[in-house]
Amino acid sequence: MNHNPHTTTPRGPLAHHFDDLDQQHEAAALGMWVFLVTEVLFFGGLFAGYGLYRFRYAEGFMEASRHLSVPLGAFNTVVLIGSSLTMAMGVHSAQLGRRKAITLYLCLTILLGMVFLGVKVVEYSDKFQEGHVPGQAFVHEGPLARQAELFFSFYFAMTGLHALHMVVGIGLLAFYARVAWRGRFSPEYYAPIENLGLYWHFVDIVWIFLFPLLYLIGLHE
Amino acid sequence: MTGHVMPVRAYLAVFGALLVLTFVTVWVARYDLDVFNIIVALSVAIAKGLLVLLYFMHLRYSGRLVWICMVAAFSWLGLLLGALLHEMATRDWTGMPTPWE
Repeated sequence: MNHNPHTTTPRGPLAHHFDDLDQQHEAAALGMWVFLVTEVLFFGGLFAGYGLYRFRYAEGFMEASRHLSVPLGAFNTVVLIGSSLTMAMGVHSAQLGRRKAITLYLCLTILLGMVFLGVKVVEYSDKFQEGHVPGQAFVHEGPLARQAELFFSFYFAMTGLHALHMVVGIGLLAFYARVAWRGRFSPEYYAPIENLGLYWHFVDIVWIFLFPLLYLIGLHE
Repeated sequence: MTGHVMPVRAYLAVFGALLVLTFVTVWVARYDLDVFNIIVALSVAIAKGLLVLLYFMHLRYSGRLVWICMVAAFSWLGLLLGALLHEMATRDWTGMPTPWE
């Protein structure tokens, strides 16, 4: 369990182009962090667009925001924070070389991710039924209809892109849960699990900002 | 040897703090604090994001190269948001008509 049965090279889990395991570990993590930089700017563009129109059309955005379900949004926030905990525990188990624990925690993370997406499906279908999807069928009473439509454009673009990241994350989790079950990881080599954790936590951080900006801005009126 | 191993207690403490902050942000949003609503909401979100980044993502125990990545990312994001919103907030000061009004 603590060694790597699939590696046949005399250097164990160390790839030939690295000096030692620490260097290999740092290089793998650094690559993931650089990818996350691009993700920050990717989502950042959407947040900037949102900020611009939130500023300009504050009333319409607040009015439209009240159509979102705060209990469902808050529930999903808790679910996602919980999935970050199980993911962190998965990485923790990998650091200690606990094969079964890694698999268990990755599966729990998948489960919580599925719950999140399930709630998202309920929310999206409510939006379709209430006519809150931007386009021909958009329904909103009052003079701020166009502003509210813009809010829902941002809502679907931002939560949709976030949900897409979750779907990709769940796919990767399922793949690596299987790899972990086969005993591919050890305290010397668990870079894929750590990088998967970084990705999952990043997606959690995006939601931590989406929740107040989309669900809570109109609550006080 | 590879990576900093944190005690499980620390993860649970961070998880607890995140739950409390989630409750705080929902609770505060119900009161009308004028401009402070958005300030409180974003401050709580930044605090939660930092907790995840520093502890769940082990940034606190990561090397300087990783720190440079994150500082660069959020500097550029700050530049984008700062310039954009600053322009938006001060646009009316000159009394110049905007194209859509």
